[in-house]
Amino acid sequence: MLNVGQLNEGFVLDHIEAGKAMEIYNKLGLGLLDCQVAIIKNARSNKMGKKDIIKIEGGLDLVDLDALGFIDHSITVNVIKDGEIVEKKTLSLPKEITNIIFCNNPRCITSIEQGLKHVFFLADEEKQVYRCKYCEEKYNR
Amino acid sequence: MKHLLSPLDLSLEELDNLLDLARDISHNPDKYSKRCEGKKLATLFYEPSTRTRLSFEAAMLNLGGSVLGFSSANSSSASKGESVADTIRVISCYADIAAMRHPKEGAPMVAASVSRIPVINAGDGGHQHPTQTLTDLMTIRELGGSLNNFTIGLCGDLKFGRTVHSLISSLVRYSNIKFVLISPKELRIPDYIRDDVLKANNCDFVEVESLDEVMPELDFLYMTRVQRERFFSEDEYLRMKGFYVLDKAKMAMAKESMYVLHPLPRVNEISVEVDDDPRAAYFKQAKYGVYVRMALILTLLGLDK
Repeated sequence: MLNVGQLNEGFVLDHIEAGKAMEIYNKLGLGLLDCQVAIIKNARSNKMGKKDIIKIEGGLDLVDLDALGFIDHSITVNVIKDGEIVEKKTLSLPKEITNIIFCNNPRCITSIEQGLKHVFFLADEEKQVYRCKYCEEKYNR
Repeated sequence: MKHLLSPLDLSLEELDNLLDLARDISHNPDKYSKRCEGKKLATLFYEPSTRTRLSFEAAMLNLGGSVLGFSSANSSSASKGESVADTIRVISCYADIAAMRHPKEGAPMVAASVSRIPVINAGDGGHQHPTQTLTDLMTIRELGGSLNNFTIGLCGDLKFGRTVHSLISSLVRYSNIKFVLISPKELRIPDYIRDDVLKANNCDFVEVESLDEVMPELDFLYMTRVQRERFFSEDEYLRMKGFYVLDKAKMAMAKESMYVLHPLPRVNEISVEVDDDPRAAYFKQAKYGVYVRMALILTLLGLDK
């Protein structure tokens, strides 16, 4: 069993699908953080067989939980204080996401308007469909 | 600030009020002829559209207001690289209300997000054209007496035709509407309209290829033009263009009470011999388009009461 140092203050992104940790690391911009970040790949899991885990030292404001919910809302977020889990957060699909994904429709105003944020809204929660706020084009994951 | 970006921006009650006002305007135009005195409509047309632009301008002039604007991107600051947001910020200083047509989808929404005056979407690419939908709804309501209990045939290019998509999305909010979707296989309605709009609202609909076989059951027939620019090959376009031609022989199969609608311009999908048939309502529809735009301008300016 591999041991990674215990967190005193921070949070753990748990139940990440095995192999997806680096994608999340990159999409959340964790490489830009100045604090300690640990990535554990292929950890044993009763529920999932194997899973990835990311441990981050510091406050929850360091990551965009909406972005994380969009990437994989089955991830759990464990908040750690004084070395203990004080809260388990479950994620949901965010109603709206900004500048996390980008509209590929060449007919969309986002393709030419300077400085316009790319905003997508959750059009169908069951089918996990997001559409561009401006042109309503479906985002294909 | 109230804008009109999509036909679904209006609740059923707001839509009813707007169509009631449009009807009153059509019966008593003099009553409204000075209602917009001193007000200015800016028509911001980044691509040519004679029909819609003139309809808006006629609407404002009928209300006693005045109009200013441009009719192509080349004659606007867009040719110098100005953003839509900056353009509307400036136009907000000159006019009281704006109608915007833009080839990029969502441009009127960007304008509305920073505008200090009401913005009306006058068509954004293949996305929305809400005032055409309001025109279609007014035509059905005026000719049919209500917006409920009809069998409505939509014929032609149901795949790319934004007027069809908007009309279906608006009509599903009314009761007992049956849709007969008539198109070649290649031009059937997109999946999202079939699944997310028609099936999601438990609507009664059928998809057929033959216009003849369904003619007798229709209360309204909404014809559409097959647009050349949607096809990769000229041969394919020509084949689709000739797929449906409404002529006297087909009209003879229809109910005496059926009406034919078309957003115009037409090419060859309605033969000119049909124009004299009292059931041909497409030019009347263009007239209703002015009344409904007058009602919309009054409503958005708060001058409807």
